[in-house]
Amino acid sequence: MLKLPIFMDYHSTTPVDPRVLEAMLPYFTQKFGNAASKNHSFGWEAEEAVNKAREQVAQLISCHPKEVVFTSGATESDNLALKGVASMYREKGNHIITAVTEHKAILDTAKRLEKEGFKVTYLPVKPDGLIDLELLKSSITDQTILISIMMANNEIGVIQPIAEIGQIAKERGILFHTDAAQAVGKIPVNVEAMGIDLMSFSGHKMYGPKGIGGLYVRRKNPRVRLLPMMDGGGHERGMRSGTLNVPMIVGLGEACEISGKEMIQEGLRLTQMRKKLQDHIMGELDEVYLNGHPENRLPQNLNMSFAYVEGESLLMGLKEIALSSGSACTTATLEPSYVLRALGVGSDLAHSSLRFGLGRFTTDEEIEYVGKKVVEAVNRLREMSPLYEMAKEGIDLKSVQWTEH
Amino acid sequence: MSYSKKVIDHYNNPRNMGSLDKADKEVGTGVVGAPECGDVMKLQLKISGGIIEDARFKTFGCGSAIASSSLATEWVKGKTLDEAFQIKNTEIVNELSLPPVKIHCSVLAEDAIKAAIADYKKKNDIA
Repeated sequence: MLKLPIFMDYHSTTPVDPRVLEAMLPYFTQKFGNAASKNHSFGWEAEEAVNKAREQVAQLISCHPKEVVFTSGATESDNLALKGVASMYREKGNHIITAVTEHKAILDTAKRLEKEGFKVTYLPVKPDGLIDLELLKSSITDQTILISIMMANNEIGVIQPIAEIGQIAKERGILFHTDAAQAVGKIPVNVEAMGIDLMSFSGHKMYGPKGIGGLYVRRKNPRVRLLPMMDGGGHERGMRSGTLNVPMIVGLGEACEISGKEMIQEGLRLTQMRKKLQDHIMGELDEVYLNGHPENRLPQNLNMSFAYVEGESLLMGLKEIALSSGSACTTATLEPSYVLRALGVGSDLAHSSLRFGLGRFTTDEEIEYVGKKVVEAVNRLREMSPLYEMAKEGIDLKSVQWTEH
Repeated sequence: MSYSKKVIDHYNNPRNMGSLDKADKEVGTGVVGAPECGDVMKLQLKISGGIIEDARFKTFGCGSAIASSSLATEWVKGKTLDEAFQIKNTEIVNELSLPPVKIHCSVLAEDAIKAAIADYKKKNDIA
């Protein structure tokens, strides 16, 4: 049976998998020890749980458990990676390369570093959302100390050529960080094969709890050093002090193990569902545009623009469905999505976009219902849209003298 | 964005949605806004003997923009041109309980009324 409302915003967050919750529960009330207590069984028990979780994470991303630094989430990991590397390697150089479609946790951190005297190159992206590797190569200078390119985009789901970027960085002796918050647990990630030196990830994007995440920090070839942002007890190899959040860490570990086991099947299932949704909508509506590369994208992601209707009013018509829009009206800044704008999508179409985020608990019934409702809502709003009417009359909307406001 | 009941009602049951014949001399058409800004309103007034007999709107925009223009068509009907010209965006804001970030929608509705009146006057050589 179809249950409303439907959650189709899995890029924003995910529910905790019941199996994850079950693994966590004993660590709140019975096994509550401090993992840093070395002198009694409560501490040992907690430490053992943390070690197990560290192994579960390491297994998923193919690294050594000691290379996992637990943090509060991907935002903290991004801050620690960029600021930590920038401060530690300042003598070596002052140049960082990233991309315009990165998450704000990268962009705003990069801007702060610029204020502190670093130079940052923000690579543009091609219309499919991918960066140009030749442009990346030519942007490298002898001052470049870090390249930070996200693995999968949170709005349009496109997956960057991470292994190629890793190789370019390696050849030039530059550290490579990737924000993989949307990718870890969804697609196969191997930090060795991909040449990644630092990688941010987050628990609540992969059916783990909120407030926990991690930063992978390479130990060998090369050994990456970071200046910590948090000083204190020297936890996490001195890179992130603070008592370990044991229940959350246990949850993150469990979430990683489940994702690792089910990823391939889940990915295939969700790719099929996404294709069904896309075909349904595109089959019944004209002037619908897919945003982002058609194949190089997360199985979970569908992002489309519906010409002549505005995203926020579209969401209002889909009130039983939790979705996101690139429309300005859904943000505090009144600017349409900077990610879509970076692809060269016009402001009008950026205002008209919807992001569908599919996930572990999405059902075929939901996909069918959402497709049907989207078609209905778009048709209704197009009836109401002066732009649609003008377009149907054959008026070129680009030639109209609009009154900007 | 959580909307007032009135905005939601106008969104679900828009009043006077549609078009009038823009070639008709008795019809004044105002189109304001820009697709790049995320809202465009078209407001049409059918005027007879100085009185607004009928009104229609079509709006591309958020829920507040749709509600503002829907409300405007309700308010202008039966009014003289001068009376319709006096409608202030602040009245729309109050009626619909629009939050500060949505005030521009009400401004657009006021502009649309004025643009439609201006179009009618221009068509009929009324100064």
